[in-house]
Amino acid sequence: MGAATETFYSVIRRQGITRRSFHKFCSLTATSLGLGPLAASRIANALETKPRVPVIWMHGLECTCCSESFIRSAHPLVKDAVLSMISLDYDDTIMAAAGHQAEAILEETRAKHKGQYILAVEGNPPLNEGGMFCIDGGKPFVEKLKMMAEDAMAIIAWGACASWGCVQAAKPNPTQATPIDKVIANKPIIKVPGCPPIAEVMTGVVTFITTFGKLPELDRQGRPKMFYSQRVHDKCYRRPHFDAGQFIEGWDDEAARKGYCLYKMGCKGPTTYNACSTVRWNGGVSFPIQSGHGCIGCSEDGFWDKSSFYDRLTNIKQFGIEKNADQIGMVAAGAVGAAVAAHAAVTAVRRLAGKREDAHHTS
Amino acid sequence: MMDVAARPAEAEPDLSAIAADAAGEHGVGRPAVYVYEAPVRICHWVNAFSTIVLMVTGYLIGTPLPSVEGEASANFVMGYIRFAHFAAGQVLAVFFLARILWAFVGNHHSRQIFYLPVHRKHFWKEVLHEIRWYAFLEREPKMYVGHNPLARTAMFTGFTLFVAFMIVTGFALYSEGAGIDSWQHKLFGWVFAIWPNSQDVHTWHHLGMWALVVFVMVHIYAAVREDIMSRQSIISSMISGERQFRD
Repeated sequence: MGAATETFYSVIRRQGITRRSFHKFCSLTATSLGLGPLAASRIANALETKPRVPVIWMHGLECTCCSESFIRSAHPLVKDAVLSMISLDYDDTIMAAAGHQAEAILEETRAKHKGQYILAVEGNPPLNEGGMFCIDGGKPFVEKLKMMAEDAMAIIAWGACASWGCVQAAKPNPTQATPIDKVIANKPIIKVPGCPPIAEVMTGVVTFITTFGKLPELDRQGRPKMFYSQRVHDKCYRRPHFDAGQFIEGWDDEAARKGYCLYKMGCKGPTTYNACSTVRWNGGVSFPIQSGHGCIGCSEDGFWDKSSFYDRLTNIKQFGIEKNADQIGMVAAGAVGAAVAAHAAVTAVRRLAGKREDAHHTS
Repeated sequence: MMDVAARPAEAEPDLSAIAADAAGEHGVGRPAVYVYEAPVRICHWVNAFSTIVLMVTGYLIGTPLPSVEGEASANFVMGYIRFAHFAAGQVLAVFFLARILWAFVGNHHSRQIFYLPVHRKHFWKEVLHEIRWYAFLEREPKMYVGHNPLARTAMFTGFTLFVAFMIVTGFALYSEGAGIDSWQHKLFGWVFAIWPNSQDVHTWHHLGMWALVVFVMVHIYAAVREDIMSRQSIISSMISGERQFRD
């Protein structure tokens, strides 16, 4: 694809649209939006001069499920995102170039688009043993990441790996796989968590940046508010069954057939921020809960270390034991109850003994 | 009640020391002292009631009741349970806040549960004495107008700190439903900076409930026991406000 600066106009022309049609499009857009006579030429000028945003897409420790998800985007089609909206200058998984040719693009983009390119990172760098658990182009991935992050405009952290660490960071995390925001501190980082993230959420984030020329509004944890400000639970179509108190208790029970709430089956919808229940998957066909399985919370921090996906109360590991809050609480309450009873018994015995002694003294 | 004859004579100077600690007001020679002012008593019983509601409904939110029959639109079991939990939580929060405000305007007993004089050697000596009393190593309990130092430590940890933790995490969890633009999220959203996964906040909130269960057990046992064993009224004091001394 090369790192040559390409405008939207040149892309439009390349796809066989005549200049006449292009101007018709600009006029029609301006008129239908009610923007006045000058707007048409402004739109044309913007499309002719605005360069497409160069994107460098790198892969660290990951499984490529983010890419797999991304290429299935339906709105916009991934072909439009990759070929028309952005200038995907580097993606070692899907690019034609290989070897030194491919690596040369990194240096070229860095020099030519200093501070203007987007660094999209899929996966994360392992830091243990100097980063040798992930070698990319003959160098530890962490070095490549730091180098490219230095001159980037912003970083998109794709998926649970780049955002939180994911399964390669599961205890005891032997490679010390580390999320991007713990390695790069001086650049804006957009977290797009999920394992993988929803295709339309990924292209949606890219579309927002290219359309408005700025980063989307992020929440407290660095996720785009437009996709991650509500829980799966909040917009779940099974929510009425939750409020009614109608739950599935077993995978093949009558309630499961009736499509009741999966809360008791360990559904993590109530604690998972994602757009699954609204955007859904595979072009809006379905999502896990619609298919009868609870949400596993794949866009949440530490979802891989929270014990069973099928428990409502997840385990606590802070005390060196794997028990849930109720188990710990009941043992504690039981122990204290027994201690109180024993203390009361001793008190009573002492008191009786004391009384007898006193009676003995006074007599 | 301990017999008078069994009480060592040196208990008296000790008493005046305690009285001095309690800012010059003590019960020696007086049958009753006004300790718990009306707002303190009201807060105590409102908090006690809402805590019970919160524990029961909170447990049922974590472990819901068996499914109900019929159309979803005809039932609202979980909805009512959650409503009761949220309502009781807001009541607890308001009265906890009111209780803090009262600490500024009320008598010196009203401030006792909000801080511990950890810098005072005397305080630790008294705590040790109370521990010895509960371990049956002391024959005689001391008299206190307000809380005894051990009770005060228990109140500060078991009530003030734990309830504050529950209110903060509770509002943070509530803000998830109320939305990212809600005042609850603006005030308590920082909790998710400590635990990014709200599942963890749920777990700690749940564990906090059990900590309060343990506190309530110890609190009630100690109150009943002291009422019988020590030389002052405990339970009736929280109703009348007056502490009576018996010898």
